[in-house]
Amino acid sequence: MRNRSRREFLKTSTGVAAGAALGSVLLPGEASAQHASFKPEPGATLRVLRWKRFVQGDEDQWLANSKKFTEKTGVPVTVESENWEDLRPKAAVAAKVGSGPDIIIGTNDDAHQYPDQLVDVSDVADYLGNKYGGWYDLARQYATDGRRWIGIPMGAGASAIVYRASHIKAAGFDSIPRDTAGFLKLCQALKNKGTPPGMALGHATGDANIWCHWLIWAHGAKLVDQNGKVAINSKETAAALGYAKALYQTFVPGTLSWLDPSNNKAFLAGDISLTTNGVSIYYAAKNSADPKLKAMADDIYHANMPIGPVGRPTEMGLAFTAVTFKYSKYPQAAKEYLRFMWEKEQYEAWMEAALAFVTQPLRAYESAPVWKSDAKRYAYRDAVKFMLPNGWPGKLGPASAAAMADFVVVDMVAEAATGSSSIQEAMSKAERRAKRYYS
Amino acid sequence: MDITRTQEFVPQAAGEAGAVSRLARLFDNRHFVGLLFMLPAVVLLVVFLTYPLGLGVWLGLTDSTIGRPGRFIGFENFEFLVTDSVFRLSVFNTFLYTVVASAIKFALGLWLALLLNEHIPFKAFVRAIVLLPFIVPTVLSAIAFWWIYDAQFSIVSWTLTKLGWIDHYVDFLGDPQWARASVIIANIWRGMPFIAICLLAGLQTISPSLYEAAAIDGATGWQKFWHVTLPMLTPIIAVVMTFSVLFTFTDFQLIWVLTRGGPINATHLMATLSFQRAIPGGALGEGAAIATAMIPFLLAAILFSYFGLQRRRWQQGTKD
Repeated sequence: MRNRSRREFLKTSTGVAAGAALGSVLLPGEASAQHASFKPEPGATLRVLRWKRFVQGDEDQWLANSKKFTEKTGVPVTVESENWEDLRPKAAVAAKVGSGPDIIIGTNDDAHQYPDQLVDVSDVADYLGNKYGGWYDLARQYATDGRRWIGIPMGAGASAIVYRASHIKAAGFDSIPRDTAGFLKLCQALKNKGTPPGMALGHATGDANIWCHWLIWAHGAKLVDQNGKVAINSKETAAALGYAKALYQTFVPGTLSWLDPSNNKAFLAGDISLTTNGVSIYYAAKNSADPKLKAMADDIYHANMPIGPVGRPTEMGLAFTAVTFKYSKYPQAAKEYLRFMWEKEQYEAWMEAALAFVTQPLRAYESAPVWKSDAKRYAYRDAVKFMLPNGWPGKLGPASAAAMADFVVVDMVAEAATGSSSIQEAMSKAERRAKRYYS
Repeated sequence: MDITRTQEFVPQAAGEAGAVSRLARLFDNRHFVGLLFMLPAVVLLVVFLTYPLGLGVWLGLTDSTIGRPGRFIGFENFEFLVTDSVFRLSVFNTFLYTVVASAIKFALGLWLALLLNEHIPFKAFVRAIVLLPFIVPTVLSAIAFWWIYDAQFSIVSWTLTKLGWIDHYVDFLGDPQWARASVIIANIWRGMPFIAICLLAGLQTISPSLYEAAAIDGATGWQKFWHVTLPMLTPIIAVVMTFSVLFTFTDFQLIWVLTRGGPINATHLMATLSFQRAIPGGALGEGAAIATAMIPFLLAAILFSYFGLQRRRWQQGTKD
C-alpha cells in the first residue's frame, strides 16, 4: 500500500514536472521563474556534507552563501566537508542507516548507488533548468534516474591540458594540437627538449581515471556498450593502448606511482611542462607568495583535451551532485537551500571565488563573469558540455561506480603503457574484471 | 490510619524479605556469581567482536552492495575471487609482505633489544627514542615515507644523485619490485620498535645468575646467547611475533597512503583490496569475502603460537 502510494506520488510529480517543463516552453521568459517557493518547515535546520574544497575561495564563498541563506530564511545551516573520496562511504552509510546529513554533495555516480533513498527534487531541477537556459546533458545524466531528478547537479571539476607556454614554444609548437596524433608529436618534442609531460598512472582516483577514460573514448573504445555488455576487448581499445604506450615513453619517470596530488607537485616544481588537471595548479601558482611561482603562473595555459579518431570531444570530469535524503526531516528547507545556492547571485559569486574550479551545469552560467575575467580559464568553460559520464555509453549505477573504483580502465592502460602486460593481455584482464561488475 | 498502614505493610514486607532471601541465596551460589561477573565481558565480546565478525562472514556470502541489502549467494564470491587475478596477486603480496617484513623486523628487533639491554649512556632516553616510530600515528609516518619515496622529490634519490652515485631518480613507488620493497621497508621501520621493546622487557626478566653460571662454565658470548638468552626469551618471542604477524598481515594505512595498492596492483594487500572493492567500489559482499578469506590465515598464525606456548620447550627451553 505504501509502495503504491509512493509510486502514485511519483507519477503525479513527474506529471507536474512535465507540465512545468511544458509550461516553460509555452510561456517564455520569467513566467517559469515565478513558482519557486519551497517553504522551509518550522524549526528546520540543515546539515550539509560536501566535498572538501580544492581551492580555498570555494569553501569561503560557499559558507558565505549559506550564511546568507540562514539570514534570509532563519534556517541554520551547518556545512561540513570531507575529502571527496571519503564522502562516498559516508554517504553510503547514511543511506543505509537512514540518518545523517540532510544534503550530501557527492561525486560522479554516488546518487545512483541509492536512488530509492533520495528525495525527488524534480521541482527544483525544473525550476532552475527553466530559469537558467537548461541543464547540460551530462548534468542531467548524473542527477536523474530515468524517471525523476534524484539530485541537483552542482557542475563538474573539469580536467584540461595544463601546460607551460614557453616550453611548448621551445618544442616548436604554438599551441596544443587539437588532434591526438599531433598531441603525441608535441609530447615527444617536449621530452626531447628535456621538459617532459606527465600524467598519473597510479591509483589516482581523479586524475588517472579522467585521462585514461578520455584516452579510450577518444579512440572509440568503451568498457561497455549501451546495453551494459562488456565491450572493452576490441580493436579500438588496442589502438588506444598502442597510443598510450607511445605517450608513456614521453612521460617523466615515476608516473606509475602518481596519486592525485603528484602531478600538481611535479608541475609546480617545474619537473613537468604538461599534465591533465583542474584549474588548481594555476590557482596555486597564481596565489603563491613565492615570486618564482607567480612568474610560472604567467606561463601556465590551459587547453581542452585533444580529439581522437572518433572526431568529437570525449572528456571526463569529476561531476558533483547534491542529493537530499528521504530520512531528512526538512526536505522543503533542503530544496529551498538548493534553489537559493544555485540562483545567479549566489552561484556566480561562488564560481568567481572558486576561480572556476567547478564548471557550471546550467547553460546560462556560460556567460558568468568568471569566464570573462581571465581568458586562461576558457578551456574549463565548456568542459561539462563536452563531457561524457562514467561508464559511457552504458548506464550509471553500482556497476559503473565499482568498475571505476576498482581502477579497471586505469590498470589496463598502465599495464599496456608500461609493457608489463601485452596489449591483448591487458584488454582480456580488464574484460574479465569488468564482467564481474556488469553481469 | 496506623493500623491500616501496618496491615498494608505486613504482606509487602514478608514478600520483600522472601525476595531478599532468594536473592541472597542466589548470590551465595558461586556459579551464579561467576556467571554474573562474566556477563559484562561476554556482552562486550558479543557486541563488539562476535557480532561484527559474524556479520562480516555473512556479508561475504551475499551480494550486498552499499545501500542495498543483498541476497544469500553461498560461496559465489569466493568462487569468483579464486579466478580473479587481482585477488590472487593481493594474496601473494600479503604473504610476501608479512613474511619478509616480519622476519626482518624480528631479526632487527632482537638485535636492537640486545643492544639496548647493554649498559649504555642515557639508557632511558635512548629507549624512549627507539619507541618513537611506533608512537607516531601510522598515517603521519606514511605521509613522510610518501615524500621520501616520491618520484620527483625523494630525499634519498636527491642525496644519491648529489653524491653522483646515480644519474636518475629511483622510481621507488612506480616500479612494482621497488614498490614492494619500499612498502616493506616502511613497515619494518614502523614495526621494529614494538618488537625491540617487548623483547627488551623479556631480556630483563632473565636472571643474571644464569649468565654468571654460564660464565663460570666458560661459555662464550655466542654460547650464552644461544643457550641462555634465546631459550629464556622464547615464550615472549612467540607472543610478540604472533602480534607482529597479525598486524603486518592486516596492514592497511601504510599501503593506502603510499600507493593505494598500485602500481598496477603490485602492492595491494588483501586488506586494501577488500576496502577498495567494498567501500569506494560499493561491492560490500565481495569486500567482506576478501576480508573473510584472511581469517583462515590469521587463525593459523594464532593457533601456531597458541600451541607453541603450550609446549614446555618453548616455555622453558627444555625438551618436551
